[in-house]
Amino acid sequence: MTVNPDLPILFSPLHRLQWEEAQQKYVILYPEGMVELNQSSAEILKCCDGSRNLVQIVSELEQTFATTGLTNDITAFLEIALNHGWIQQ
Amino acid sequence: MAGSNNNPGVKANAITPPRWLLAELTYACPLQCPYCSNPVDYANYQTELSTDDWKRVLSEARKMGAVQLGFSGGEPLTRKDLVELVKHARELGYYSNLITSGYGLTEEKIIQLKEAGLDHIQVSIQASTQELNDHIAGTTSFNHKKEVAHLVKKHGYPMVLCVVIHRENIHQMPQILEMAEELGADYLELANTQYYGWARINRDLLLPAKEQFEQAEQIAQAFKEKVAGKMKIYYVVPDYYEDRPKACMNGWGTTFLTIAPDGVALPCHSARDLPGLDCPNVNDYSIQEIWRDSKAFNFFRGLDWMKEPCRSCDEKEKDYGGCRCQAYLLTGDMHAADPVCGKSPEHGLINKAITSASAEAMLLNNEKPLIFRNSKNSKTLYPVK
Repeated sequence: MTVNPDLPILFSPLHRLQWEEAQQKYVILYPEGMVELNQSSAEILKCCDGSRNLVQIVSELEQTFATTGLTNDITAFLEIALNHGWIQQ
Repeated sequence: MAGSNNNPGVKANAITPPRWLLAELTYACPLQCPYCSNPVDYANYQTELSTDDWKRVLSEARKMGAVQLGFSGGEPLTRKDLVELVKHARELGYYSNLITSGYGLTEEKIIQLKEAGLDHIQVSIQASTQELNDHIAGTTSFNHKKEVAHLVKKHGYPMVLCVVIHRENIHQMPQILEMAEELGADYLELANTQYYGWARINRDLLLPAKEQFEQAEQIAQAFKEKVAGKMKIYYVVPDYYEDRPKACMNGWGTTFLTIAPDGVALPCHSARDLPGLDCPNVNDYSIQEIWRDSKAFNFFRGLDWMKEPCRSCDEKEKDYGGCRCQAYLLTGDMHAADPVCGKSPEHGLINKAITSASAEAMLLNNEKPLIFRNSKNSKTLYPVK
């Protein structure tokens, strides 16, 4: 599965993205499982609210972190996320 | 204090916080599955924690870092305060899993639980046919379970179907997989029976032959590839047919905390069977004291307790010597290597169990009947001391 650049991306309603105070990191929670996220993965997933497509997410994050050239990294991560079912289109 | 969370670099003795809390709310259950993991003498434990006690337990464990929460039992739905506990868990930020037979679960309750913040419902089904399901469950329940599975989906929960696999249903693997697909399961847990509790006393009648395992595993593997991206399969390995032991509980006292119905805190849900652990009760100690300081939780923490062949084994940090309860149940020595391990000097016990089960399977009429999990059998096997 690959990310369709035209469609908005939504964090899966069957998973939960949550800040864990005890671990000082974001985690994805799902039935009987948990994935720990690094900061950049969490920032990407937080943008997946169903209102933005890939290009819009990239530009949002490049703006927030005052940088450029994030397209490849973000696309690669979102493909992983899509294949794990963390996001949907 | 025996250890500190502020020093994650020190691996051997550092105490990691609990991540998983299994709340066994009650031993009461309308089903009688003969592989139940509850203790065989459960009928001797009649007292149950109050609603306030459970709330305190949830709060204290959450504060330490527990995030995955299983409401289990027995049948957790028999607790009248389940919705209240789910609500409390949600407010604390737990991811709540309801592990249920589905028995007595109505649409109204499913909605109430959703509103209270329950994240997921795992429904167990015993077989792919009504006849076998109801026989194994000891209760007429098949059609209702399927109805519950539909309702769980309908109300937006991730739907996890759990089927415990043993000799009586392993031949139904293709039909079980078909059923999971029909019901729209998001996750399918194929749990090969683990031989503790009631399953241990019924082992001769439940343990399939190696060829049956291999065939079933192949079918499940092919199915896994077919449904990739749509359904996730959790496969609990049949450890009697593994060469290496399982890394039980991800290591003793590292991740899992079980609280039994009467408030006894256990490093794993079978640990009640181990002698001399003095498992602490939440009525007497805080979760923090239990997790960090209690004898029971420190008993097999780390690697220092090990004997040979574990002590000098290069895989000891991978599997922690396997399962302590299994070592005790089979060898009588809870410090021994899990006899599932090919390196265990007592590995022959596993082969003996397999031979004994296959001899029983050759008989046309089982000489031994399945012993169903109910209070009458529990009290007969373990009269109150």
